[in-house]
Order: sequence, then structure tokens, then C-alpha cells
Amino acid sequence: MLVIDRATYDAIVTHAKRDHPDEACGIVAGPEGSDRAERFVPMVNAAGSPTFYEFDSTELLGLYKEMWANDEEPVVVYHSHTATEAYPSRTDIGLASEPGAHYVLVSTREHGNSDGPVEFRSFRIVDGEVTEEEVSVVDHLPELV
Amino acid sequence: MAIEVRIPTILRTYTDGAKSVTGSGGSLAELIEDLEANHPGIKDRLIEGEDLRRFVNVYVNDEDVRFTGGLETSLSDGDQVTVLPAVAGG
Repeated sequence: MLVIDRATYDAIVTHAKRDHPDEACGIVAGPEGSDRAERFVPMVNAAGSPTFYEFDSTELLGLYKEMWANDEEPVVVYHSHTATEAYPSRTDIGLASEPGAHYVLVSTREHGNSDGPVEFRSFRIVDGEVTEEEVSVVDHLPELV
Repeated sequence: MAIEVRIPTILRTYTDGAKSVTGSGGSLAELIEDLEANHPGIKDRLIEGEDLRRFVNVYVNDEDVRFTGGLETSLSDGDQVTVLPAVAGG
């Protein structure tokens, strides 16, 4: 199950709507091993495309160096589909390279840049196998014990 | 000649879980051969045919090797090599 706080959920949806009809992408980082999606990091889609996304390679390195310095990892990797359902495409599955991450898919196909509900779904993608999981949106992440 | 190579999570199955390993070589191509000798299977995850895989990024001291000569990029003692799979999809 993906547990995500309302503000981060809204930030992902806002990013997806803003970039529609191009795909939006980014991550939510969290402390290594914690499974806590704490730090929202929107990324530029270097592909600038309605059917493809890719982090710019220099920004990708900068992002990972920052996470390594903070002992973080990508807890969520998100991107949008702008004309199809919020389900990993064959390309998404083939390129998924963070077996520990929750892959969040948002579809803006219904309302585009406008207000209105979006599909927001989360998946594990490991060795080419896709498993959908429940998304629990909470006001705040649970306190650390 | 020691070159530190940062290994991404998805390739750590080849390095017994190690986040970084040490290798040697005067060029990126030689380094990858050296890595393959110690971590069999890793080369195929980095190279396709004669070139780096399209969706694998390799950096030497923070420079994407696509801009510095690809597999021919020269290396010297103390260089830091980072491998990162692209974050990409459709």
C-alpha cells in the first residue's frame, strides 16, 4: 500500500494538470528504508512529449547525489498519462528500474488542465511484473515512533 | 589504478549488494571489461552491441559520458564513475 499525505498527492495532481498535454514526472523522496514519501521533487520532462517522459540526465545525477547525501531514496516515482489510463505502459514496465519504489500513474485524459478528478493509481514494478496496490491518502504521514 | 564505481540499486545483484565497487581501466570500455571480470553479467546491463544502452546513464566525475566520448571516455586514477538507469517511460 502507498501511504501519501494530502499535500503531496495534490502537488502531484497539480503538476500533472499543469503539464498536460505533455507528460509530467517526478519523485517523492524519503529516508532510506522508511517507505515514507516525504519530499516532493517535480522534475522536468526532458522529452517534452505527450507520450514519453525522461528525466534530464544531468538533473537525474543531481537528484541522486542529493538523495545520497541525505540518505534518501525515491519512495515514489510518478508520471502522468495524458490520453490513456493510469496504468503502466509496456515502455514503463520495460524501463522501471527502482524495484523498491511505488510507481504512481496519474491520468489527465478526462479533464486535462482543468479542475476535476483524475485517476491516481500506484503500482510495484519488479522484474517486469506489475502489481497494483491500494493508495491511502492521509492528512499527515504517521508520526515517527 | 583505482576507479570508484557507484552502482544503482537495480544492478546491486551483481555486486553482492555493494553500493560501490572499485575497478580499473584507461577508458570506460576497459573499466566495464574489468567490472565484468569481477561481477559477471553486469556488462550486458550496461552495453548493447557496441554502445552504452540508451536508457543507462554513465557519468565520469559528474559528466554524462555521452558528451565526453561514450565508451572511449578516458579514465584516470581517482576518477569517480556513476551508473544511473534513466528514469523514463511512456
